[in-house]
Amino acid sequence: MKHSFIDKYSDIDSPIHRLDPRTKLVLGLALILTLVEMPQRAWPALGIALGLLLVVALLSRVPIPYLLSRSAAVIPFAFLVTFFRVIPQGKEGLVAGAVIGAKAWLSALALVLLSATTPFPLLLKGMEKLKMPQVLVLILSFMYRYIFVLLDEAMRMERAWASREAGRNWWASFKAMAGVAGVLFIRSYERAERVYQAMLARGFEGEVRTLNPLRFSTADLAFGLASALSLGVLWIIAAFWR
Amino acid sequence: MAKILEVRDLHYRYPDGIEALKGVSFEVEEGENLGIIGPNGAGKSTLLLHLNGILMGYSSNGSDAVWVKGKPVRKETLREIRRLVGLVFQDPNDQLFSPTVFEDVAFGPLNLGLNPDEVKERVKEALKAVGMEGYESRSPHHLSFGEKKRVAIATVLAMAPEILVLDEPTANLDPVGRWELMELLRSLPHTKIIASHDLDFVEKICDKVMVLNSGKVLAIGPAEEVLSDRDLLVKARLAP
Repeated sequence: MKHSFIDKYSDIDSPIHRLDPRTKLVLGLALILTLVEMPQRAWPALGIALGLLLVVALLSRVPIPYLLSRSAAVIPFAFLVTFFRVIPQGKEGLVAGAVIGAKAWLSALALVLLSATTPFPLLLKGMEKLKMPQVLVLILSFMYRYIFVLLDEAMRMERAWASREAGRNWWASFKAMAGVAGVLFIRSYERAERVYQAMLARGFEGEVRTLNPLRFSTADLAFGLASALSLGVLWIIAAFWR
Repeated sequence: MAKILEVRDLHYRYPDGIEALKGVSFEVEEGENLGIIGPNGAGKSTLLLHLNGILMGYSSNGSDAVWVKGKPVRKETLREIRRLVGLVFQDPNDQLFSPTVFEDVAFGPLNLGLNPDEVKERVKEALKAVGMEGYESRSPHHLSFGEKKRVAIATVLAMAPEILVLDEPTANLDPVGRWELMELLRSLPHTKIIASHDLDFVEKICDKVMVLNSGKVLAIGPAEEVLSDRDLLVKARLAP
């Protein structure tokens, strides 16, 4: 079965795609930190952040509608936050909620942009080089490899169930879902055992060794400096409005 | 010809008490291709997992049951044994666990402690041997089933083993994929041990065939002899 990939568009070529994953990871996190630290009164600075992200997006040649629809996934959550701000605080809460919503959406946009310009395996290599604990990198790596295998398995079970069931109602679906989740867990557990056997069969002795071909280029330096300066401006604005 | 693999009176009981192997013995000469056939649940996969020490059974008199190139399969020899015996699992989704083809094929050589240049060379050679050059940066889940199977074989070839062990290599392959796999296996000079239900495939690749049923060896001998023994095949649920 075909699924849309986590890192769709990450295989096209652009100046942004060619940057070292570490540059993009660090800058993405720095941008999110900046957004989090931005005081509410400094909301015009959010416009600057949006502008920066749009420039990167245009340079990356990733279709803007894709970025917008992917990052829109956080809006329901942001809406909830806004909702609970508006109820006790009224109009003032509305502004606070809107700012929180905008920050959340911009952060999501930054991450979607990161994943759409960096193939996931390279992102993992970047995390590895940035000294993220190996266990976490491995967990993410297995997740990336097996999420669609598991999804396929779940879809097959759902079909098998649906073909034997006439006139389903939501309660029956719900109960069947619980069964599917249980069986899926057991199957994943068994698969994990077989994967581990396959690792042992190729000489795995507990220590994961990898080759890491990542190299910084001058483009990384240029992009990193430009971005760091822009983020610096955002910090100054934030301090000024505090 | 020298004996490369010897199994003597191998027994194995799963932790749940089921006795999967009840005294299996056979020998394989260097360069020979042995087919292991038998119905579902005969113990084929369990037996294969013993050949590189993933599972460790016992023999009734307490001596070592599995010998590779004159070395017993024990905890101390595992590293050497796993280099000598390359095991290709039935489901390539189990065998290919890395985010890219390159990393998967490099996994074995890296575990052998080779230096980066040697690892890259091994990966290149192995992918070339299975006709999958240029797929290095692809993700295994973007490959077709036949391609996954070939890469799975490459991951083992990259360790330069002397014995190739394949569990149900033709399972789920389409006819062309099956034919390509046959050509590929024929082109590899290794000693091969192939467990399969696919009698036609076994007949075309193997010189010797062993019939396994309920954890016991029912027969072993030249391929044409065993595969033409109708009564034997019926008894082992391999023919109607």
